[in-house]
Amino acid sequence: MSHLLREHAPITEAGWRLLDDEARERLTPALAARKLVDFSGPHGWEYSATNLGRAEEVADVPGDGVAASQRRVLGLVELRAHFAISRVQLDDAERGAPDVDLETLDQAARRIARAENAVVFGGWSSAGIKGIGESSPHEKINLGEDCEVYPRHVAKSVDALRGVGIDGPYGLALSPEGHTHVLETAEHGGYPLLQHLQEILGGPIVWAPGMNGGVVVSLRGGDFLFDSGQDLSIGYEGHDADSVQLYLEESFSFRVATPEAAVPLPA
Amino acid sequence: MGFDQYHEPAAELPEEARTFARMCANLIEEAEAIDWYEQRLAIERDPVAREIMLDAEGEEFKHFAMNLEFLLRRLPLWREIAQGILFQDGDIVEHGEESEEEATEGEAAKGAPLAGSESLGIGSLRGSVS
Repeated sequence: MSHLLREHAPITEAGWRLLDDEARERLTPALAARKLVDFSGPHGWEYSATNLGRAEEVADVPGDGVAASQRRVLGLVELRAHFAISRVQLDDAERGAPDVDLETLDQAARRIARAENAVVFGGWSSAGIKGIGESSPHEKINLGEDCEVYPRHVAKSVDALRGVGIDGPYGLALSPEGHTHVLETAEHGGYPLLQHLQEILGGPIVWAPGMNGGVVVSLRGGDFLFDSGQDLSIGYEGHDADSVQLYLEESFSFRVATPEAAVPLPA
Repeated sequence: MGFDQYHEPAAELPEEARTFARMCANLIEEAEAIDWYEQRLAIERDPVAREIMLDAEGEEFKHFAMNLEFLLRRLPLWREIAQGILFQDGDIVEHGEESEEEATEGEAAKGAPLAGSESLGIGSLRGSVS
């Protein structure tokens, strides 16, 4: 039995399938970082740290004539988003209801996806994780409100990356507001802005809930490393007569191997 | 009527698992039949009887291959491993080890869930947007 304790939940196999499918469906569009960075794993729940390949000296070695150093690792963080599902809704699903209310699960999926994106793009100093945006040595290019100038900003970012020898294709992660602006905008002559930006990048434009502004990144690989311990899973916490308390959970670390492979575009 | 192919209560098994169990049972029965024909052929001297048994053994082998293909289609990772072993010249054991290593590393790189994992199996989403 895994620590998720799913076997203890008063949920049938069909019920679990419904919840897992719903979670997968809601998470996939929102997990923007995974569409742009390298993903390693999943290595399992027991996997606790990412090897950084570094060591540092340790003082006060308990022995004469002996040198010592200690390996540096990056500990994985665990994210959990709790939610409760009504038992009435689960019963209705068993009866074949096609419109079961799983809003609490949908909200939890949005919360954990936003958090994952925020860690990768913005960093999390308390957990020792530096995000893509803050790591970049390139001059920031303010995105601004005017979508008409986005192609100029993106082209300038791509030039900056090429200038330091970072190859494409490139991708652009955009906040939901920025992404909506891009989708809504047609340039003079009716050419869709989205298509124009894709041509400059040679790669995708990704809707990234949880991030502010945007960032242009190289997709050549090896620059941004997401190390997954346990990939996103639903676990069981407890239940009463009315509801089942569950959670969405994952463990991971993130590190930037090539800081110059991204150009931040703050809002 | 027996239901020996199930080792867990059949009512608790999902439909896919029951189908999988039936196809495993088929595979075992075809392999057994091939073995029986091989043994009978080893001692049979009548040429007509031998011809009939050879024909029947060929049928069993065809069924064996069809059952195996069905199971491999259900398990893409096993299929990938089998592709590195079947119809290859050289050391079979070596091919087995290499094929397993390559296939499992490839799956891990794509973020496939670990065996027995209860994760949602999302993994990497590179290439999922144009």
